[in-house]
Amino acid sequence: MTTATEGAGPATSRTPASSVAPPVAPEDVVDDLPAPTRLTAGWLLLGLGAVLGSALVGLAIGPVTVPIHQVALELLDRLPLVTVDSGLSDAHAAIVWEIRTPRVVLGLLVGALLAGSGAGYQAVFRNPLADPYLLGIAAGAGLGATLAIVTGAGDGVGPVDAIPVFAFVGALLAVGAAAALSVRRDGTGGPATLILAGVAVAAFFTAAQTYVQQRHADTLRQVYAWILGRLSTSGWDEVVLLLPYAAVCGAVLLVAVGALDVLAVGDDEARSLGLHPRRIRAAVLVAASLATAAAVAVSGLIGFVGLVVPHGVRLVAGVGNRRVVPLSLLFGGAFLALADVLARTVQSPAELPIGVITAFVGAPFFLLILRSRSAL
Amino acid sequence: MTAIEWRGVTVRLGGRAVVDDVTLDVPSGAWLSLIGPNGAGKTTLIRTLGGSLAHVGDLRIDGRPVEQLGVRQRARAVAVVPQHPLVPPGLQVFDYVLLGRAPHQGLRCSPSLHDRRLAYAVLQRLGLDGFVTRRVDTLSGGERQRVVLARALVQDTPVLVLDEPTTALDVGHQLEVLELIADLREERGLTVVTTVHDLSIAGQFADAVAVLADGRLVDAGAPRDVLTPGLIGRHWGVQATCDVDDDGAVTVTVRRRRERRTTDTRTHR
Repeated sequence: MTTATEGAGPATSRTPASSVAPPVAPEDVVDDLPAPTRLTAGWLLLGLGAVLGSALVGLAIGPVTVPIHQVALELLDRLPLVTVDSGLSDAHAAIVWEIRTPRVVLGLLVGALLAGSGAGYQAVFRNPLADPYLLGIAAGAGLGATLAIVTGAGDGVGPVDAIPVFAFVGALLAVGAAAALSVRRDGTGGPATLILAGVAVAAFFTAAQTYVQQRHADTLRQVYAWILGRLSTSGWDEVVLLLPYAAVCGAVLLVAVGALDVLAVGDDEARSLGLHPRRIRAAVLVAASLATAAAVAVSGLIGFVGLVVPHGVRLVAGVGNRRVVPLSLLFGGAFLALADVLARTVQSPAELPIGVITAFVGAPFFLLILRSRSAL
Repeated sequence: MTAIEWRGVTVRLGGRAVVDDVTLDVPSGAWLSLIGPNGAGKTTLIRTLGGSLAHVGDLRIDGRPVEQLGVRQRARAVAVVPQHPLVPPGLQVFDYVLLGRAPHQGLRCSPSLHDRRLAYAVLQRLGLDGFVTRRVDTLSGGERQRVVLARALVQDTPVLVLDEPTTALDVGHQLEVLELIADLREERGLTVVTTVHDLSIAGQFADAVAVLADGRLVDAGAPRDVLTPGLIGRHWGVQATCDVDDDGAVTVTVRRRRERRTTDTRTHR
């Protein structure tokens, strides 16, 4: 008959059919119920601590160093119902509040958006090499910014600075073209097609950007400086520009974390688990791309953050988007705020491009984590 | 009650009818095994149940045309164990099994206390409660197969579909998984649909077998009526003997086609 001969069962067998236990009613399971992977209070506090710590360092350090404890007290003083005397001079207070705070906040926002979008891109494409520039955003923004610079529109004509507007439009054109070109006539087209379309669109836009740049060699330095990225602020304008995208992108990513976890088992299986893989992918890509385009528009092409911060989080905190996405937002912000401190101070009073710092410091740091963990 | 009805179902892939005008019923609580040579369309036919393939013809699950069922409703009616499940690297067993609750969860797919209890109960039932924090990608083939089965059971559907559930397993683990499915079917009144290459497995576990060849249904019925040397010779091109037990279970033995060439295989120690 169908049963294996006696004693022939595998040694590892844990459920021989002969000793079938009656089915367990879920309500009977109360003790030692395992916990699913989620954002624990400890990790959340660590992430918030990193944001706060990097903000304090960013506010205190610069060409003029302000004592960090005074900055901390000054921040406390601004909390409702709290009054403390920070002992900051008026000049120092002005430096902290009017010059450094907008810049630190911008760094936190841009870093959070790039890293969060990177985590989103990696999840929807199930590809560890994905980053927010995968679908041509960088190339599109580069072409837009270059056009703004060479036409002179970027010299501050009109009420809005033209470079971010051109860069934003260029970025959205590129990613939109990649998305449109990846959909076949019959409405099909998987994530691999989208990636390839993105690569092609990026190559095209980069070629166009290089051509325009070479035709206007006098602007080479300005274009190059923009491409390497920087966080320069004029008051709160850039932060205000970025906030709506940050809010939308953050909300979409944080709502989608569970669905992104299901998507990790593949489109077919995700569908058999009751999800619409294409809709989820579209929602996350639109939100992440808008946020990335906005971040690039105000800060140039800051590389490495979107690729490496989510991986670093994954290596340290474990896989599972419920943990990876929110922690990428927090640690990405902290990482970029700290990188900006270095960019401002290493060659003070001159500034280093922040993209150089993110790669120069981030790459060895990432390799260090990679080598000390055997996780992935 | 009929759990699944295919009525004149055709699936075209790359211009070819991979499943060609198949009409087949699976009664509620039955175990149907789809058999046929490679490329016969077995996997494609059951993929129509998962909702990821476009098809022509009438497909009903629990009496309702699939067009009327949303993706979510379908996922609450049919759970699928694919032949090669994609296991995300680093994912823990408990998190993986909880994914099976997705059709019952809201937009954020947050597991409720009930979801967690159900998942743990199923893991206990499958003898996997010691594995909850293990990474799925570090498990052996047999353990992994049970974990994927656990995910499908947590989905809590009346129909369980398994695509080649025993391919990667040794004979001991094959029987273990199949007996587990047979027990669960009895406990929960499940309807089971499997594709399977091993004709003896089909002959011993299924109530009914359906034979596909070149996308067409060529025979269906009780194993003892369908699994005959003649049919096996016609579609698989091999000579087989079919032994029928008193309870109707069929064991198929396949003979080699050429004389055995014996060589000296004594091992040198």
